[in-house]
Amino acid sequence: MKKELLKGNVAFAEAAIRAGCEAYFGYPITPQTEALEHMSKRMPELGRTFIQAESEVAAINMVYGAACAGIQTMTSSSSPGVSLMMEGLSYIAGSEVPVVIVDIMRGGPGLGNIAPAQGDYNQMVKGGGHGDYRIIVLAPATIQELIDLTYEAFGLADKYRTIVAVLADGSLGQMMEPAVLPEMRPVRPVDKRPAWALTGAKGRDSHFITSIYLEPLDEEKFNQKLLETEAKIEANEVRYKELLLDDAEIAIVAFGTAGRVAQTAVKIARENGIKVGLLRPISLYPFPTDRIRRLADQVDGMLVTEMNSGQMVEDVRLAVEGRLPVSFYGRMGGVIPMPEEILDEVRKLKASITEKV
Amino acid sequence: MQTSIIISGFGGQGVLFAGQLLAYTALDNDLHVTWFPSYGPEMRGGTAHCTVIISDDEIGSPVIRNPDAAIVMNLPSLDKYEPLMLPKGVLVINTSLVDRSVARQDIDSVMVPASEIADELGNRRLANIIMLGALLQRLPFLSIEMLEKGIDAHIPERHRDMLDANLKALHRGFSEAS
Repeated sequence: MKKELLKGNVAFAEAAIRAGCEAYFGYPITPQTEALEHMSKRMPELGRTFIQAESEVAAINMVYGAACAGIQTMTSSSSPGVSLMMEGLSYIAGSEVPVVIVDIMRGGPGLGNIAPAQGDYNQMVKGGGHGDYRIIVLAPATIQELIDLTYEAFGLADKYRTIVAVLADGSLGQMMEPAVLPEMRPVRPVDKRPAWALTGAKGRDSHFITSIYLEPLDEEKFNQKLLETEAKIEANEVRYKELLLDDAEIAIVAFGTAGRVAQTAVKIARENGIKVGLLRPISLYPFPTDRIRRLADQVDGMLVTEMNSGQMVEDVRLAVEGRLPVSFYGRMGGVIPMPEEILDEVRKLKASITEKV
Repeated sequence: MQTSIIISGFGGQGVLFAGQLLAYTALDNDLHVTWFPSYGPEMRGGTAHCTVIISDDEIGSPVIRNPDAAIVMNLPSLDKYEPLMLPKGVLVINTSLVDRSVARQDIDSVMVPASEIADELGNRRLANIIMLGALLQRLPFLSIEMLEKGIDAHIPERHRDMLDANLKALHRGFSEAS
């Protein structure tokens, strides 16, 4: 397939269509509106469903309904819109129906602004809705990854009957980069919908999907079922990318756009003789805990950089288990760090390590 | 080899499209490229800028503090990017909308009265293409022939009748900087 110059928002929308997304429900919000625009044109062309709902609350509940019917469905939004969807996401998690959501994060809290940020790590990874649940969270750093992960998200959602979130920031939604779109999969035929789906009970026993378990022991049994699914996810779905870690004395850990900026910092540092490498978690849940623990045994210093006040760094510290101190550098409010800033932090860390020796 | 270019001006001056032309042309010539726009509540008359990075290798950060080249279409853009230019960087200035000279002596400043030339060519909106021509004369990270092909391939269909005017503007900018 040929590379095309694609804007992130258009790219993930088209990737979802090609993955077989049969119904999209959403509500416009910058910086992800182009996705909605693309869906509004393409989905009707293909005889599929596009609805611009009256709000994000309505949109997520439409997604919930479609998913219960065994239809491959998704929504996308940006931070404040995703907050409005959290109740719905909790109900979806409590009903074990597969759903894909793309969050193109912006500066916050509150209405914040429309600039790129990573302040919603905790919300997405730690389950911003109420109750005990975890969802697969995938963090792309390039338009190609945004496409590939969105495409793959539908299969993962189906496989584990879970929510899969693609967590990117405004810069990935807005920027253009050459990328290859995947091949078009047909929409899943009605007779191929999952065995549990609500497809009309004609000629069979009725199915029942709910998130209500009034009897605590029943609820606990359901919670245990979710735990079993999460154990499988943790065993099978950890993803990350490494750069120059083999001989690294310092490791940077960063996801998404911050990871990409760190990549440039690593390149400049190496040109200056500093042995630094990068671990870029792609799956934020499941988190690459084991890899980070092994890395902690190898390197002399670790730096986490994020476009927030320090959220993923907590998971890194948990993984490191006190083996070495983990420094943090963050930019907030919709500010993207420059490679030079991260390089300065690497230099500081290098100096503090040398002092100790 | 990596080249970073910032194009900045008022919304409506075609700075985002000029950046996209560079990006499309880079892609057509099998180079790596990122196009990163300013996006905000601004519309026509507000400020707009984009960062284009072209490289023969994978691109990390899509943003940069100090560009190799900048096209500034108005005075606020000059004020913002002149101090940020890398030494020996190429700064192309639309003198039609800038009433001061450049203070930095360590950069290559290219003075082009692009809006006036565009008027002369019959359409003020050609100023962005004139500036691209001038930039490529001083910093040939893409050849003028590549960009000609790029314009031909990626000019929006509704502006197809403007193809010749755009090519003329490109060459005029190129010779203006010679």
